[in-house]
Amino acid sequence: MELTGAEIAVRCLQKEGVEYIFGYPGGAVLHIYDALFQQDVVKHILVRHEQAAIHAADGYARSSEKVGVALVTSGPGITNAVTGIATAYMDSIPLVVISGQVPSFAIGEDAFQEVDAVGITRPCVKHNYLIKDVRDIAPTIKKAFYLAKSGRPGPVLVDIPKDISNQKADFAYPDSVSIRSYNPVGKGDSTQIKRAVQLLLEAKRPMIYSGGGVVLSDASSQLTDLVRLLGFPCTTTLMGLGAYPATDKQFVGMPGMHGTYEACMAMQYCDVLLAVGARFDDRVVGNVEHFAQVQRKIIHIDIDPSSIAKRVKVDVPVVGDLKLVLEQLLEELRNSKQKTDASDMAAWWKQVDEWREKGGGLRYKNSTEIIKPQFVIEKLYEVTGGDAFITSDVGQHQMWAAQYYKFSKPRRWINSGGLGTMGFGLPAAMGAQLINPGETVACVTGEGSIQMNIQELSTCKQFHLPIKVLSLNNRYLGMVRQWQEFFHGNRYSESYMDALPDFVKLAQSYGHIGIRIDKPADVEPALKEAFARKNDLVFMDFQTDPTENVFPMVPGGKGLSEVILSEDL
Amino acid sequence: MRHIISLLMENEAGALSRVAGLFSARGYNIESLAVAPTEDPTLSRMTIVTSGSDAVIEQINKQLNKLIDVTAVMDLSEGEHLERELMLVKVRADTAQREELKRITDSFQGRVIDVSDRTFTIELSDTCARLDDFLRAIGRNLILETVRTGASGIGRGERILKL
Ligand SMILES: Cc1cc2nc3c(=O)[nH]c(=O)nc-3n(C[C@H](O)[C@H](O)[C@H](O)COP(=O)(O)OP(=O)(O)OC[C@H]3O[C@@H](n4cnc5c(N)ncnc54)[C@H](O)[C@@H]3O)c2cc1C
Ligand SMILES: Cc1ncc(C[n+]2csc(CCOP(=O)(O)OP(=O)(O)O)c2C)c(N)n1
Ligand SMILES: [Mg+2]
Repeated sequence: MELTGAEIAVRCLQKEGVEYIFGYPGGAVLHIYDALFQQDVVKHILVRHEQAAIHAADGYARSSEKVGVALVTSGPGITNAVTGIATAYMDSIPLVVISGQVPSFAIGEDAFQEVDAVGITRPCVKHNYLIKDVRDIAPTIKKAFYLAKSGRPGPVLVDIPKDISNQKADFAYPDSVSIRSYNPVGKGDSTQIKRAVQLLLEAKRPMIYSGGGVVLSDASSQLTDLVRLLGFPCTTTLMGLGAYPATDKQFVGMPGMHGTYEACMAMQYCDVLLAVGARFDDRVVGNVEHFAQVQRKIIHIDIDPSSIAKRVKVDVPVVGDLKLVLEQLLEELRNSKQKTDASDMAAWWKQVDEWREKGGGLRYKNSTEIIKPQFVIEKLYEVTGGDAFITSDVGQHQMWAAQYYKFSKPRRWINSGGLGTMGFGLPAAMGAQLINPGETVACVTGEGSIQMNIQELSTCKQFHLPIKVLSLNNRYLGMVRQWQEFFHGNRYSESYMDALPDFVKLAQSYGHIGIRIDKPADVEPALKEAFARKNDLVFMDFQTDPTENVFPMVPGGKGLSEVILSEDL
Repeated sequence: MRHIISLLMENEAGALSRVAGLFSARGYNIESLAVAPTEDPTLSRMTIVTSGSDAVIEQINKQLNKLIDVTAVMDLSEGEHLERELMLVKVRADTAQREELKRITDSFQGRVIDVSDRTFTIELSDTCARLDDFLRAIGRNLILETVRTGASGIGRGERILKL
């Protein structure tokens, strides 16, 4: 039977098992919206801004193992979506974004709401397509899902001109897909695996540095087995939090700009570093010249060869899918007669524990007068039993959430690491809540960030999403203020958030519950009350200490061992 | 160091801009870029002349391979290879200069392919360096226009880049 292009697109989504899509209608996608209207398998979530559609699809993907899907119109629809697409691209999140385009015969004529979607998104997608024939819709969408999820995941855009979505063709969804120029790797090279095992077993000061790749490949149990088998210290990047249980004694915390002292020092002074799905980001290794001053062997496992040896020299590169490579490593280690040297290990752990002691763990000076933001996160951890899905925005609150919520499962910590997009938190929580109904989802935000997508409180109302919003309201773009305090002579240029709305009333006007908390003693009761309300969105406006700073801190351009510890302790 | 990189990619609209965009977005040099379809019309072959440290060249190769439309990449400069660039040069050729211009053209194995009252148009195909030498031999004063295609490269003997 012949279907229209729009019907074909929707049938493709059904075939992919897509339960929810996030979108916003407009002229160029009217046919697709019409096709959505006439079925009830794929449910559409109407957001209030296209950026939020992409972040919601992104939160949906991060909190599950699925591909997130969004639908936007041409012109301003797709340009609004670009920030979301770039956010997903930087963190390698699998998304399929469908955008409408002006009719194919009008392309290039500066038609109404025309923008070169493929051109504008090219640098921030894994791949993109402009459909030119209705018969290409099904095979292209099939390819889009395959590309988004396989290899190094990422967003894929499919741009469909309006006339093509109304033309007819036979529908057949391909069972399989192959792209001759794209062949993602599976297992790692066995010689390299042997070399890696040799180095690991001979190491005197070994360190395991894991990242977002472990979460993306769902290899957290393999990583945990490996770390336990070897008995080495393990750190996870901001993107890897939860891939290894933060409560475990072999976990030394997050490395990098706001990582723990022990993680930074162990990264710097180890003699063998095993990097698993982590890409030596500048916020992690700081100054690469400084990092290279210490001699160490690096083993780097990544599915994307271009992540390897990009910023640091690598001795044993292993290209492959982490889950498979970690299994290969485990097998090789279990079969090996050689063991690590117990006295070397004991000496190394003694050193790591000394650093732990010196760093004093993550710490802050609590107060009975004013709410400390770290205290709110500690209480959030207790009240939710450490088991909630936590999304965050970008700034100081993000770092405190990362530091003080001890994530012990993968996919529970959802934040924008690579692009650092303020406005991510609330829409990402919507996606996470939809795919995890009945689970606790909280969004840790700041009074600055939340205002970048505050309109989504309306979407939350319409779709009954009982998210708990914790705004750590310090009346400042705190992360900016902190840099101005440290590096710009306390000149707080444009970082004070003046004329803030009354967030309690604002939440209420959207039909939610709002609470303002200004005393430390009220923090825990407020959280308990909020989380007890299983069916309501509760917006908590915590009036926190405006002068608080995030520590430890490796200042930009500095080396890992130049970390500054908390000043006032 | 100068590198000459050859690649095969899907002959699709936009494929060229993905390569060009990659170079500009990541700040890599392009000295020249030449592209045309191959005997298989679904594939295009591109030759890029670039330069950079070993680490940069390694990244360029990896980033090119990562492009979904790219099917194969070879750094020709890592082994024996041939390179040729086509150049058309229009020069001022008054009676007094004609003999000398012909002599230089011959010695570079070029051909005069168009003659007018006061101009010659010379065609030359050789390595990029030889083309530079030719231009130097003619001298800036006489040159009216130059058009160069950028290098095309191919491996020697059994060094073959294919799908
Ligand atoms: C305000 C702010 C402060 C920050 N401070 C810090 C900080 O102190 N510490 C910190 O760690 N980060 C920090 N970040 C985050 C930082 O910017 C980077 O986003 C982060 O460090 C990158 O994490 P990653 O190396 O784990 O890589 P990711 O970006 O998660 O990349 C994953 C890697 O895994 C690979 N991969 C994917 N799938 C597979 C697979 N199946 N098999 C094998 N490999 C795979 C990918 O190719 C990629 O190389 C901060 C961000 C912000 C916004
Ligand atoms: C869209 C966007 N614009 C600007 C920035 C730069 N930036 C990083 S953190 C920050 C301050 C965030 O303020 P707030 O949300 O109140 O969080 P706080 O740091 O106070 O906890 C800014 C402006 C950004 N990351 N994203
Ligand atoms: Mg703030």
